[in-house]
Amino acid sequence: MATAEIRKELFGHAEQTNYLNHSRGFLSWALTLDHKRIGIMYLVGVSAALIIAGIFALMLRAHLYYAGGTFSDASWGLFQVDNARYNQLFTLHGAIMVFSFIIPSVPAALGNFVLPMMLGAKDVAFPRLNLASFYLWIVGTAFLVAALLTTGLDTGWTFYTPYSIRTSTHVVYATFGAFVLGFSSIFTGINFLVTINTMRPKGMDWFHMPLFLWALYSTAIIQVLATPVLGITLLLLMAERFLGIGIFDPDLGGDPVLFQHFFWFYSHPAVYIMILPAMGVISELISVYSQKRIFGYTFIAFSSVAIALLGFLVWGHHMFTSGQSVVMSMIFSAITFSVAIPSAVKVFNWLATLYKGSILLTTPMCYALSFIFLFGIGGLTGLFLGALATDIHLHDTYFVVAHFHYVMVGGTLTALFGGLFHWWPKMFGRMYNDFLGRIGCLLVFLGFNLTFFPQFVMGSRGMPRRYATFDPEFEIFHQWSTIGAFVLGIGIVLSFAVLVYAALYGRKVTGNPFGAASLEWQSSSPPSFHNFDHKPIINDPYDYDSLVYDETLDTYVLREFMDPSQVPERQPVSH
Amino acid sequence: MAVAESAHEHHDHHEHGEFIAHHFDTAEQQFDSGKLGIWIFLVTEVLFFSGLFVAYTLWRYHHPQIFEQAHVHLDKYLGAANTIVLLLSSLTIAWGVRCAQLGKNRAVANLTLITMVCAAVFIGVKAVEYSHKWDMGILVRSAFTYDGTDHHHEPTMPIAKALGVSDWLVTLSIVPAILLVGFTFVSVLMYMTKKPLWAKFWAGMVVTVGGYFLGAFAGHIYMEVTDGGIGSKHAGVSTEPLVLLAASDDKHTSADHAHASDHDDHGHGMSEKQKLDRDIGIFFSIYYCMTGLHAFHIIGGIIALSWIFYRSLAGHWRPDYFGPVDYVGLYWHLVDLIWIYLFPMLYLID
Repeated sequence: MATAEIRKELFGHAEQTNYLNHSRGFLSWALTLDHKRIGIMYLVGVSAALIIAGIFALMLRAHLYYAGGTFSDASWGLFQVDNARYNQLFTLHGAIMVFSFIIPSVPAALGNFVLPMMLGAKDVAFPRLNLASFYLWIVGTAFLVAALLTTGLDTGWTFYTPYSIRTSTHVVYATFGAFVLGFSSIFTGINFLVTINTMRPKGMDWFHMPLFLWALYSTAIIQVLATPVLGITLLLLMAERFLGIGIFDPDLGGDPVLFQHFFWFYSHPAVYIMILPAMGVISELISVYSQKRIFGYTFIAFSSVAIALLGFLVWGHHMFTSGQSVVMSMIFSAITFSVAIPSAVKVFNWLATLYKGSILLTTPMCYALSFIFLFGIGGLTGLFLGALATDIHLHDTYFVVAHFHYVMVGGTLTALFGGLFHWWPKMFGRMYNDFLGRIGCLLVFLGFNLTFFPQFVMGSRGMPRRYATFDPEFEIFHQWSTIGAFVLGIGIVLSFAVLVYAALYGRKVTGNPFGAASLEWQSSSPPSFHNFDHKPIINDPYDYDSLVYDETLDTYVLREFMDPSQVPERQPVSH
Repeated sequence: MAVAESAHEHHDHHEHGEFIAHHFDTAEQQFDSGKLGIWIFLVTEVLFFSGLFVAYTLWRYHHPQIFEQAHVHLDKYLGAANTIVLLLSSLTIAWGVRCAQLGKNRAVANLTLITMVCAAVFIGVKAVEYSHKWDMGILVRSAFTYDGTDHHHEPTMPIAKALGVSDWLVTLSIVPAILLVGFTFVSVLMYMTKKPLWAKFWAGMVVTVGGYFLGAFAGHIYMEVTDGGIGSKHAGVSTEPLVLLAASDDKHTSADHAHASDHDDHGHGMSEKQKLDRDIGIFFSIYYCMTGLHAFHIIGGIIALSWIFYRSLAGHWRPDYFGPVDYVGLYWHLVDLIWIYLFPMLYLID
């Protein structure tokens, strides 16, 4: 009987206050230093950014339904989309999606919530810096929205000079916004690096960390090393506009291509800021929902670091047509191909993990499987663009647009949803409707492919990106793409609805409903203010045999706390 | 960075030290976290400046004659003086860290104050350098109006006339003057309301701002005595022989970098000399960006140091808790180090 009581004490989690209700009122959230609340606030923030920028995307797609532009006619009045308005729409779609949504989505929202708990810690190393990071996110996003509400912005999210020096739209608002968002990202990165380094519990060495932490660590390295360069670049761009310092402005003897080098020195590694944490999420999901030890742990761990480091050496592949020297282009092209190796290592290891696993097609697993498929396409089409000869043909076409959307949306957004569904019961202590969740995932998957696969075809046939109108021969592809975009939109809205409904009215769950072995599942759901009621028991994060289902507590507990006679050899997982 | 107090976790303090945040197990863990955090922050600072160093390198490579021509406008004696001032401030803060480790709070307060004063002297000297150049029209590229003669504008502001300094120096000194008056007022107010700790703190800030005026005064006297500075020898340098060089150099670079060429369709009606003078503006663009960003870091450093100064006065440092002094000290060394690079790169080219 003693063991049953200990079990109850350790894993039962009596009714008590949790981080959501231990204090109330607006200020208890606005001034909180709790990483879980900051994570939730980030989640609300990035979701709002996703919705704003997503609406822009749907407007763009609706406009592109007809070759002449659906809303080109002046009779649309306020809703008329002329060429200038079109430029503003795609610029703000890109800028808000990249700087306010994708970059902070997985690390700052999910990572903030999960990272300290995976380490069995009470909080990140610098809670105030963490809160400051969130407020900087708000300020930066406010400046981007200010640019939107005043004159708009028509430079494209890349702010290429010299046009960004000349245009009359408020480039300075937007660049200042991106500058501030950069510091928000740096602060998160510093926090994560230090937390993982100094706050690992005794008994958890580097190679017994969940792989999500390796991914976040690699991401943080990029955030810390690359983002300051974006900071100085945007500062110089602002100085160029305000003062005319002549560094980028060819009229004053400056070099506009230098801006491209500076910009991509950040923005290419930033691509890995966007995808690496997503890969970390997938490593967790695949393993948990196959109930099988992740295959090739060290390879996945080091492939994250390898991607982070190689990512710094490939920025020139964005500039094959900019007039940089051929030798440089060849070197950049070769290193670009080498990034495919660690990426493929991950994919093969995920597939090997699935092999002979007891696969559960729950909503998070459905998202994880779509990730592998979509990232596969997105990653492989990247090789077409990394190859010099084909890139000259495909540069600035819809092929590029489709490629990076397969990675950014098919990859990161899918992983974000997978991660949200996976950790949602932990965050709010309630279960989602799995059937509707899977329907949402299916709509996202189908809608996404319908949107972007035709773009590969029209891109390779020469449809240039960023055009408000196009030749009639491309119309059929654009129409598929537009229909797909709306299906995708419905899928995303449905997924959000399932999640929000679950958080409010879902069935209550216990600490570890999925039989996951990493430490965050040893806390109650939702966790208490200090995360753990007891010091968590350090175990192997991928040893699913160490967990058994305890009927009396309706949760998974560590095998060593069970009476051996009650434990069957291997239990099927269900929930 | 790693700020220790935790406002709402007082119930934890019986088992923790006074300044150990609730989420750390030990003082050592907290110190290590802060130390790693500040080092990573310093890495981001280096990369932040790296963009400017790259810009410098590129323009130095493409237009070496402009750099040789332009740097003579910078006074290397003033630059050297500032270098010594900053080195001294690094010494005092390093010493302060040692005193904090030993728990000698009073010594930390004094040494931090000296560091802040040195920082303010640096800014004061920089204000003299900047105002002297602005007065002659040596500005960033687009606003560059220097015509090769050291023509100074007569001051128009009454106070500038009275003091015999330029309008620009007065303008730059407005904020420090307001701070000086404000800090003095607050300090006296605190003294009268019997808050000796705050009175001391604000008195220290008065002394710090006084450092700015000390630097500006010394720099101004140097300029007056040497008639525009002996370290800047531009008076005797003719730009004429360099015109041809510059022209041929432009042709060379425009072949390599078609996009970077500005002389084909712009600058009509300018003489070659005017164009060269205008191109010299690029050197000063880089100069102002680098030293300006560095000056912002100095000012940020003064604010961080003032926090250390206050906590030293309050006696917070103990042998097991001195992290913040160490972190701010490291930041200050980096600011110093960047200047150690800027000084030869900008002032000592030959």
